Amino acid sequence: MTNSNEIDEISGTNTTGHEWDGIRELDTPMPRWWLYTFYITIIWAIGYSILYPAIPLLSGNTKGTLGYSSRGELADSITAAQQGQSQLRAKITASSLQDIKADPQLFSYAKAGGQAAFKVNCVQCHGSGAEGAKGNPNLNDDDWLWGGSLDAIYQTISHGIRFEQDDDTRTSEMPAFGRDEMLEPAQIDQLTTFVMSLAGKEQQDTSSTGAKLFKDNCASCHGDKGAGNRDFGAPSLADQIWLYGADKATIVQSIHNSRNGVMPAWSHRLDELTIKQLAIYVHSLGGGE
Amino acid sequence: MSEQSFIEKFEVTAVNKDGSQKLFQAPKKIYPKRVEGTFRQLKWVIMTLTLAVYYITPWLRWDRGPFAPDQAVLVDIANRRFYFFFIEIWPQEFFYVAGLLIMAGIGLFLVTSVWGRVWCGYACPQTVWVDLFLLVERFVEGDRNQRIKLDESKWSFSKLKKKFLKHSAWLFIALLTGGAWIFYFADAPTLARDFFTFNAPLVAYTTVLILTTTTYLFGGFMKEQVCTYMCPWPRIQAAMLDENSLVVTYNDYRGEPRTAHQKQALASGEPVGDCIDCNKCVVVCPMGIDIRDGQQLECITCALCIDACDGVMDKIKKPRGLISYATLFEYDKAMAGEPVEQSVPILFRPRTLVYSAIWALAGLSMLFVLATRSRLDVNVLHDRNPLAVQLKDGSVRNGYTVKILNMEPKQHKALLKFDGLANAKMRLEGMKGQVFTAGDLVSLDLEPDQLHVLKVYITIGQSHLPNSDQDFYFHAEILKSKEQHKTNTKFHLKK
Repeated sequence: MTNSNEIDEISGTNTTGHEWDGIRELDTPMPRWWLYTFYITIIWAIGYSILYPAIPLLSGNTKGTLGYSSRGELADSITAAQQGQSQLRAKITASSLQDIKADPQLFSYAKAGGQAAFKVNCVQCHGSGAEGAKGNPNLNDDDWLWGGSLDAIYQTISHGIRFEQDDDTRTSEMPAFGRDEMLEPAQIDQLTTFVMSLAGKEQQDTSSTGAKLFKDNCASCHGDKGAGNRDFGAPSLADQIWLYGADKATIVQSIHNSRNGVMPAWSHRLDELTIKQLAIYVHSLGGGE
Repeated sequence: MSEQSFIEKFEVTAVNKDGSQKLFQAPKKIYPKRVEGTFRQLKWVIMTLTLAVYYITPWLRWDRGPFAPDQAVLVDIANRRFYFFFIEIWPQEFFYVAGLLIMAGIGLFLVTSVWGRVWCGYACPQTVWVDLFLLVERFVEGDRNQRIKLDESKWSFSKLKKKFLKHSAWLFIALLTGGAWIFYFADAPTLARDFFTFNAPLVAYTTVLILTTTTYLFGGFMKEQVCTYMCPWPRIQAAMLDENSLVVTYNDYRGEPRTAHQKQALASGEPVGDCIDCNKCVVVCPMGIDIRDGQQLECITCALCIDACDGVMDKIKKPRGLISYATLFEYDKAMAGEPVEQSVPILFRPRTLVYSAIWALAGLSMLFVLATRSRLDVNVLHDRNPLAVQLKDGSVRNGYTVKILNMEPKQHKALLKFDGLANAKMRLEGMKGQVFTAGDLVSLDLEPDQLHVLKVYITIGQSHLPNSDQDFYFHAEILKSKEQHKTNTKFHLKK
């Protein structure tokens, strides 16, 4: 460090004393308004700290006199948005599902709302794309256990399936043929082979033991040709969609223990509007009837 | 031994002992004097032009038919469109604006390397508005000496009246400036009506308020402080200038030694330069500097000192150009006593050629893209979750969202098809019961200047399923203009 009081000849201002290869740094005074700008920011900061949440305390923080919070702001904007959409929402609540579907504006609003509600309430079982999983149906396809019309979907969402707490829930019970010793293991094996032939996965003609067992034990719900019956939520055994899997072991297991999947009823938890929106959304996934 | 010897004496100097060391500096008020001359004329012309362009542009009309606004220049943020006369830009075409900014930047480099800081001196809004504010100030309070006197005088009714008048006029101009800005973002006549009936959106009033304040502060009070301390351009331009760039130069080889008493000096046989040290060049300078000290950061090369000095040279019957636009190269030559031709900027040197090339490349490629751009676009979004859906009969279905962009403000009939996928069937949401196979044309009505969204399902039967995922495409064509667009996508077999 050289003497910091050294004055630069050309500019007449002080130098900082820093020198690199003979070049010295000038210590030009800042303009005074710059200082004032700094003071203004300090005053601003004080005002801000009073008005808005600012200072962290041992638990929580100061709230500010304006009572602002980003969570509150979000709630306000959601309320404002809902108020802006109140006409649409009232119309959806009042209209039939068919009318909603026919009106492009109502349909697109209901579909978007349904998608949002689906992401919150349904994805845990049905998956984020409604693609389903073992035991939880894929809602994109055209296979419906209890019906794929708007009304049937609405009914299912409202009251659930085999959901005991809801009096209007739709229910059925497949017997556990093996566990309850209604059929011998050998019989279940033969039956399974026949069931698999219904969907073209095995060859077995209709005069076989398996066919007879099917006629006696299964056809009352699943139909003579295994086409299923939606009144009982009995799945079609003749199509390519298998909720629990199409391999032999899984089907044996299904016959042995039976399958009685449960879906909760939502009418207790969601309002009419949301359920309608959900029905519209699920119906619009590509398999709606 | 005195008591004092028990007390230790420290070797220290108080930090504020050095009186010359000031941390902050109050600005000195500058009173630029009125001046006549070529460059002053030029500045009036440019000021009128730039202000006219700024204030009038939003009011120009341009007919685009019933489906688009008729404002020639409009940044329609709410509807995400930008209109510039015959050009309409959608948000995804914003690269045109990026291109324009590149051209503006490179153009500024080019102009600076040839003509120095002409942007600062003539066209910069800060310069233009400060000039306008000074004009008002001079009109109300008089020229330099009167203004100095007025500021020094005690407060009186006439001083108060003058100050009030000046600030009202400044505020009025500032309000007009801030006010004009918002008209670029909405239909000007409608917004003007709404603005004065207090029906305009809040953002319009806040924008006007902020811009009015900044214009008033920057134009009336900050003035040269903005250029010297706030603007980065004076710093950057130091790297842009070279020995062939025109800068305002005091030709000291001709002017020095300066003296205010030429006759005395001549009589006593001393050497005498052309500069009579009248300080006219200093008093006219809006930056308040002395150009005779050489090139300075503060100099915006407005050339008013040239006008001032030329006037003085005319009066004392000496040749003009004691202060002139000159390059460092010319100055050095003249310094060495070599003949100098009239200052002509050297246009063609590697630096300017490179700048021009980049500038032209950006401009031409944008022109090319603009001239050949399609006003029809098709985006295909494959459903991602699930990618594929197996149906009851074993067939596989894929879902797509097809977005057709009709970027013209005209109603159009268009045909959509998919092709390149054998044995596939297409269904569209909202068109119940209609099934299309590859190559079949779906007739669509495209709304003007709108996005047309279709939900499309494509299904391939179990017996026809390909062995692997298949590439295919959607194709749209506008019936009338034959404009078409093809977008490739994929058919997936598994979810």
